[in-house]
Amino acid sequence: MSITKDQVIHVSKLARLKFSDDELEKFSHQLDSIIKYVDKLNELNTDGVEPTAHIVPISNVFREDVVVPSMDREKILMNAKEKEDGCFKVPKIIE
Amino acid sequence: MELHELKIHELNDLLKKKEVSAVDVTKAYLKRINEVEPKVDALICKTEDFALKKAEEADKMIKDGNINDLTGIPVIIKDNMCTENIRTTCASKMLEDFVPPYNATVVENLNSLGAVMVGKANLDEFAMGSSTENSAFKTTKNPWDLERVPGGSSGGSAASVAADECAFSLGSDTGGSIRQPASLCGVVGMKPTYGLVSRYGLVAFASSLDQIGPITKDVTDCAIVLNAIAGHDPKDSTSVDKMRKKDYKEFLKEDIKGMKIGYAKEFFRQGLDEGVKRSIEASLKIFEELGAEIREVSLKYIDYALAAYYIVSSAEASSNLARYDGIRYGYAAEKYEDLIDMYMVSRSEGFGKEVKRRIMLGTYALSSGYYDAYYNKALKVRTLIKQDYEKAFQNVDVIVGPTSPTVAFKIGERVEDPLAMYLADVYTVPVNIAGLPGLSMPCGLSDGLPVGLQIVGKHFDEGTILNAAYAFEKALSFTAKPSFKGGAR
Repeated sequence: MSITKDQVIHVSKLARLKFSDDELEKFSHQLDSIIKYVDKLNELNTDGVEPTAHIVPISNVFREDVVVPSMDREKILMNAKEKEDGCFKVPKIIE
Repeated sequence: MELHELKIHELNDLLKKKEVSAVDVTKAYLKRINEVEPKVDALICKTEDFALKKAEEADKMIKDGNINDLTGIPVIIKDNMCTENIRTTCASKMLEDFVPPYNATVVENLNSLGAVMVGKANLDEFAMGSSTENSAFKTTKNPWDLERVPGGSSGGSAASVAADECAFSLGSDTGGSIRQPASLCGVVGMKPTYGLVSRYGLVAFASSLDQIGPITKDVTDCAIVLNAIAGHDPKDSTSVDKMRKKDYKEFLKEDIKGMKIGYAKEFFRQGLDEGVKRSIEASLKIFEELGAEIREVSLKYIDYALAAYYIVSSAEASSNLARYDGIRYGYAAEKYEDLIDMYMVSRSEGFGKEVKRRIMLGTYALSSGYYDAYYNKALKVRTLIKQDYEKAFQNVDVIVGPTSPTVAFKIGERVEDPLAMYLADVYTVPVNIAGLPGLSMPCGLSDGLPVGLQIVGKHFDEGTILNAAYAFEKALSFTAKPSFKGGAR
């Protein structure tokens, strides 16, 4: 498969990234060559092969329902650029 | 011998005998950092005040009779592991001002043993890369030749150990990021089995592949550091139960008679440098002379590992890095139109090129219509590679081969060709794909640059790897040291 510039624009929106026209041109070219390389996976017949998402077979990991102290609110907020009344502040989303 | 040249176990002897204090040791390393750092650029920050305070605490521990293997030992931590109240940047503009409110579990472990952090190491941005050239701040130079890369992504960690800026460092390895730079810098680096070391506080790149491990000056030190960081952590649900952990120092034995050592013929084909090949073949002879039995194994799907790796790791990265939205922490755009635009501008200005490339590749592989063709296909190939190793390990105890197909390459040589850069990891990624433990150690020089030997073991069998590595180290006695030649400065 090869990737078109339109597809790159579509994917960039999904990924919440913006590119200039120049960057878009270069990225399309580089992504295309990477995708052509990974296309070699299609040489393999994987019918009936189970996918492995995780190498160590672990299912639900539970802990005892014990109350432990949470991190201090001020500490959680210490890296936020905008905050108010102990909350993160974001741009208005409802007009 | 100068203090900064010593290994952990040698420093520990001096501290135990009270011939030196932890403060003396720390000061010697801080001085060494000042001397070589202008040439090597291994660090993002030096933590001088913190280190001197920790060294005083270590001296108190020693005075009270509480010395252990790492008390008073200077360490450098890769800058993608959270350190409370000390900036953790991931070598990204995105996290340039990020000050973690907590410590990674490995950092907590080292602190409680009295180790002394003297600095934080440079890396490729978000650990994505094989040369440190993707760092937003600086490119680390290889101490063996300052015009060459140290490897990556833990290039700063490996170079700092090779340059004696610390006694040991911690790196993280998603596709070879500990072993490849260890190979290129002539030091020992280990990626433990997935799940052996807690990932809590390690800034996530690809969660099913990431693993923290030691970079040290010899195999004994590797076992010492592994002892300190391995073990279950309730804060990482993928960390395995306590029963898996062993005393790794017990495996440091010279006897490997009868050990079955495999080599994969697939690793000795085209693309492997002649000089690297010679060193690895000579290494196999050494193992044979030590009484090991050398057996050929076949890893027939190995050629597909790199392709599967770039799909899986980029898919996981695109998901993990979705958290950088400019709101809770990290770089935030100043000018934007609305909320979505704020995300887009923050991310586009905060991330570097390679990170964006991987997010794009990963998003594409996970997007509607391509999920089965790429992501799911890659996970199936992952199963085949895992089975390849399982089959091979029915007949051998460890598999040895080259860590990297080449010695250190020149700075700038591969920057414009991402695919050529990815090929640096061709021998290391299959090990992450299968979640196995792997160690790289120096096994010779080619054109004056170190060659790394990779030893891969069964799941949770770090002990056998360390046994083989220790015996090999004693037999080879690699004593060459970097020359700091070349470079603009």
